[in-house]
Amino acid sequence: MNKEQYQKLVKKYEPQENKIKNVFLAFISGGCLGLSCQILATFFQNVLGMSTETSYSFVCIILIFLASLFTALGFFDDLVSKYRAGLIIPTTGFAHSMSSSALDYRKDGMITGLGSNIFKLAGSVLLYGIISAFLFGYLGVIFYG
Amino acid sequence: MIFIYAFLISGLFCMVAQILLENTKLTPGHVTSLFTALGAGLSFLGIYPKLIEISGAGATILISNFGHLLYQGVIEGFHQNGFLGLFSGMLTKSSLAIASAVIFAFLFSFTFKPKD
Repeated sequence: MNKEQYQKLVKKYEPQENKIKNVFLAFISGGCLGLSCQILATFFQNVLGMSTETSYSFVCIILIFLASLFTALGFFDDLVSKYRAGLIIPTTGFAHSMSSSALDYRKDGMITGLGSNIFKLAGSVLLYGIISAFLFGYLGVIFYG
Repeated sequence: MIFIYAFLISGLFCMVAQILLENTKLTPGHVTSLFTALGAGLSFLGIYPKLIEISGAGATILISNFGHLLYQGVIEGFHQNGFLGLFSGMLTKSSLAIASAVIFAFLFSFTFKPKD
């Protein structure tokens, strides 16, 4: 059996995932998350009398808290593998990556395990966020003064 | 109206990310880094503040908001402290997300055991 035949065979037995269904699921789940967060923010603004910015900060903290808690309880991984980008692109993805690496590496010790691995996945977000913000900030200062 | 926009904006960002995940070899790590940088870029162009205005929490819960806050921190720092502010102001606004994620991850890693 040559290489091409082998590739064909591999392709045949690869699990076929429905792309359109995944994209649709990501849209719906991301949208529902955004909608429910806006409802919560409106509740904070109107009932508890918070300012707009404070209410968004509280919503953000609640989201991070829930994502970390659900990851620690063990069922957030299943949700992420089902809804994919719908939960990865909101801040929940950031919290999920951090708490899952904290949980996984804690057994290797406090410093060599937890301490050095907690930013393993979230580190790239921090690094490229800071680098791009610095470059764009530099440009912004030059352009807008 | 803000509710409809919240649904559409946050859904749209997630949909674009999912399309990237499906059709390229990028991993979720690539996509989240890309969207953070995209948020900083959109903030530079003045688009992201408008998105927050029309869609509220729909835009502030996304990872792009992290890039937006980093950029705003840099600009605000520059206006307050000059050149030094480019560095000292960077993390002021986004501190909330980083600190809370670190603290909750640390606490929950003690109170719960990893699932096998």
